[in-house]
Amino acid sequence: MAGLEIPTWDPETALLIGTILLEAIVLYVGYGGLERLFGPYLMKLLVGGEANAR
Amino acid sequence: MLDSLLNALGGLGTSPEMLALFVGFGLVVGVLFGFFGMGGSFLVTPALLMLDYEPSVAVGSGMAFVFGTAVIATLKHHDLGQVDYKLGAIMITGTTIGIEAGRASVYYLESMGLAGGIISIAYVVLLGGVGAMVTRDALNSDGGGGIDHEAADKDLDEYEIPEIAKTIQQTVRIPPMVTLRGDVRVSAWVITAVAFATGLLSGFLGVGGGFIRMPAMIYAIGVPVPVAVGTDLFEIVFSGGLGSYLYGQGGGVNLGIVAPLLFGSALGARIGSAATAVVDADGIKIYFGGMLLIGAIAVGIGEIGSYVGSPTLELIGLVLVIGAAVVVAFAILYTTISSLRQKRHQGTTVTD
Repeated sequence: MAGLEIPTWDPETALLIGTILLEAIVLYVGYGGLERLFGPYLMKLLVGGEANAR
Repeated sequence: MLDSLLNALGGLGTSPEMLALFVGFGLVVGVLFGFFGMGGSFLVTPALLMLDYEPSVAVGSGMAFVFGTAVIATLKHHDLGQVDYKLGAIMITGTTIGIEAGRASVYYLESMGLAGGIISIAYVVLLGGVGAMVTRDALNSDGGGGIDHEAADKDLDEYEIPEIAKTIQQTVRIPPMVTLRGDVRVSAWVITAVAFATGLLSGFLGVGGGFIRMPAMIYAIGVPVPVAVGTDLFEIVFSGGLGSYLYGQGGGVNLGIVAPLLFGSALGARIGSAATAVVDADGIKIYFGGMLLIGAIAVGIGEIGSYVGSPTLELIGLVLVIGAAVVVAFAILYTTISSLRQKRHQGTTVTD
């Protein structure tokens, strides 16, 4: 197919994409932890009383 | 190496206002993605185009953002056992070739100075088409568009295979045949064809392609909805990663755009996903369809503004595309909090 290009190894680009991958994993774990820590408090603040939606 | 990363970061060149805008927009996009299971990500590229970024940067950074979002969502679906890795592996092969063909066409059109215009037109057609379809479905019935949140609780064996998928499975029996989760038996060529077509769109527009691939997996291949969702996300991790890598090699990925967008969207996706437990998605689906239609009009207005050299029209286009997404995200949050308060009030009344 015309114009097709086989990806070549480029450490700089790999580092760039690796940084995005790392950020995504850190955010998943980090926000998950924050949700467990502050989720119930935040729900109480928003809804008032003992909300238990999730 | 570090120098190039800092260059790609562009963070040193991204103003605090732009960083705040990207985090905020990411939050909005995340809420939409978490709630509807699709949609938000394909607003990023047109918004970047309207912010006067080069087409390859807008598409490349949009794709890198999709990649990051897919990583986060796949981790969650893997925990729920909703990923078919065999289907994913075949899809990846077809999508990879499709993405590469799409990406090559962007650079080819860019060399001819036509990329921005054609990508915008493709967006107008695509957003308009999907928007009209979702709005029509929302007005007519309770089906179509986005994820059926209740469906995720059913057993995979309980899913009915759509008639179209049954016909395809019975007529296209070119070996090798593969058996997928939910006892679905289909030709590997059908899967590859679906993957190539959606990969082409993915590479050309810088979108994950989920809003086309997911219905295609359900209606053309016949896999259960939760498996389609989980496998689609798993596949986007690879296709988005490869697409981002290829665009990154050409300097098309700007970390100064992607990092703040991802920071906001990861939080938004949690909020949107939690909201699905409280709010019926069908009620808000019509807003979602409307948002896509407004997005299509906005890209059109922005493009006309760019063509006639009117910054005001370009600004109106940008405000419309971001405004529509913000309004729908706020509608989700407002409805969620109202529903929670109402449920609590009812609970208190019953107790009394």
